Amino acid sequence: MNGVELCNVTKAYAGLTVMENINLEIADGDFLVLLGPSGCGKSTLLNMIAGLEPATGGAIHINGRDVTDLEPDERDIAMVFQSYALYPTMSVRKNIGFGLKMRGMPKDEIEQKVAEVGDLLQIGPLLDRKPSQLSGGQQQRVAIGRALVREPSVFLFDEPLSNLDAKLRADMRIELKRLHERLGRTIVYVTHDQIEAMTLATRVVVLDRGAVQQADTPENVYRRPANRFVASFVGAPTMNFIDGKLMQSGDDIVFDSGAGALPLVDVPVGARDLIGRSLTLGARPEHLLFDPAGIASRVLLAEPTGPDQYVRLAVAGSELTARIGPEQPFKSGTDARILIDGARMSLFEPQNGQAITLG
Amino acid sequence: MQYNRLALYGLLGIAALMVLSPVFIMVSTSLKSMDEIRNGSIFTLPADPGFAAWGKAWFGDCAKTLGDKCGGLSSSFLTSVKIVIPALALSVGLGAITGYALAVWKMKGANLMFAALLVGMFIPPQVTLYPLIIMIRELGIFGSIGGLILVHVIWGIAFTTMMFRNFFKTVPQDLLKAARIDGAGFWRLFWHVMLPLSLPILGVAMILQFTYIWNDFLLGLTFGGRSGQPMTVALNNLVGSQFGEKEYNVDMAATMLTALPTLAVYLLSGRLFVRGIAAGAVKG
Repeated sequence: MNGVELCNVTKAYAGLTVMENINLEIADGDFLVLLGPSGCGKSTLLNMIAGLEPATGGAIHINGRDVTDLEPDERDIAMVFQSYALYPTMSVRKNIGFGLKMRGMPKDEIEQKVAEVGDLLQIGPLLDRKPSQLSGGQQQRVAIGRALVREPSVFLFDEPLSNLDAKLRADMRIELKRLHERLGRTIVYVTHDQIEAMTLATRVVVLDRGAVQQADTPENVYRRPANRFVASFVGAPTMNFIDGKLMQSGDDIVFDSGAGALPLVDVPVGARDLIGRSLTLGARPEHLLFDPAGIASRVLLAEPTGPDQYVRLAVAGSELTARIGPEQPFKSGTDARILIDGARMSLFEPQNGQAITLG
Repeated sequence: MQYNRLALYGLLGIAALMVLSPVFIMVSTSLKSMDEIRNGSIFTLPADPGFAAWGKAWFGDCAKTLGDKCGGLSSSFLTSVKIVIPALALSVGLGAITGYALAVWKMKGANLMFAALLVGMFIPPQVTLYPLIIMIRELGIFGSIGGLILVHVIWGIAFTTMMFRNFFKTVPQDLLKAARIDGAGFWRLFWHVMLPLSLPILGVAMILQFTYIWNDFLLGLTFGGRSGQPMTVALNNLVGSQFGEKEYNVDMAATMLTALPTLAVYLLSGRLFVRGIAAGAVKG
């Protein structure tokens, strides 16, 4: 198979296993984002694909070739680092051409390829400067150029935008997405930034404590999180969690937290089977609906963000966050009535946090 | 504030005076004639400055010495150059490579090796002198320039390795990873990436090693033999073994001549030197 394949990849340091039996298939042309908090193992995984760190067990295939025991430069990959990692003593031109020179490509051919990449990334005028004379954004462009010029079958990005300021990050994000759409090459991209994951990825792999929590499209990771960890890690403000039970109340189904019954609307049919069981309900802030038919709650705080406002509410013994447009400002201390969009809620097993799929 | 300033400059002035007055005495005495030295104070300026004594120190005084040699420093200057250039190149070059290997490539026992090198640095040369003599003798190069060079390299390499190792330890990991992905192995990473990065350290290491080797007396005296006597040893012979009246002006001129190369190196490379030290070269 083309693309990248990880089979039972394991990583241990001095006998301590940090990743066990990681299995991933990255299709040719995919933009795969490894998402997770610090220390979840995403960079380790990327380094193992790159060959910078040996895998303790398992096998790694790139384009159908077993590369588990190959050196990084034999794997047909290129990598872009958070710190850019440009060679400080070389000009931009030499930085980009260095990998080709190491491969023994003739000088005029290198010159031509560097010029092409310079045009593509619009860094032509910078080619004779030293990295220290460039801004952060320009340096990262050069680093991307250094990867592009090699024309590898897989690009690896290790938090490439984390050192840039917010505006530049947004611009570079767009450029990366364009670049991927244009070149159609496989990309494995590590980040802890869920916005980057959601906007760039064709597939997201959420990692925690050295294990894959969910591997799916960005939409599914957001809408149908596989467990509580994924649900709480993805999405800002974070998802609301309430422990309790589904209960029948007349014709309707409500969620009883023990301190109050939260009304649900549009509950899927399958949820009726779960009535009476202990559950954790997850509702994203935008799925708390302000409605006169809802349960009484008290506004603790309203945070206007511009396009939205986040409203912190005390309801049924819990504190929940709702998200609503800015048209009607909320005031602390006032009352509001809310209900939960049952069609978009998530339900988890309270013991292990696994999501319950409704039939 | 004013008084603090005054005190500060006063102290600095005194310190400068203490350091510079011997230099002044040396220069002024070397420019005097023997008559003037006999009759005047050492602090007076030369009445009729001349370079006769310098000439004598450099070329020797053939009327005074026995045999075919005239006893000047010129020939031992050449010997010193012949010792310094290879010893400098080898000790700095090898130190750069070993320092790089210790800092960048994870080898078994690298830390132990480095610790051993550090210990080696702190052992006084006198302690190892005799074992070294035996080693060099066994190699059959005792009493030659080659033997002396080898001893200097052995002594210098611990120091240069430490300097380079500490510098290369500060190079970011990502840079090394990028080079590995670009396909640079041990030597190409060293040559294309690490060595150009280490230019300030290279400069400092060369200056310090030059100074050590040029100023060395003990090793030169012990290992050089007759053919390999460096300038410092020749200076000692010149000052200590003249017949008749002591020629202070020639002695002073000879001493100045011997010290001049190191002085020149410091003056020419002063800025580089400070930059290298500021870059964290001599920490740890």
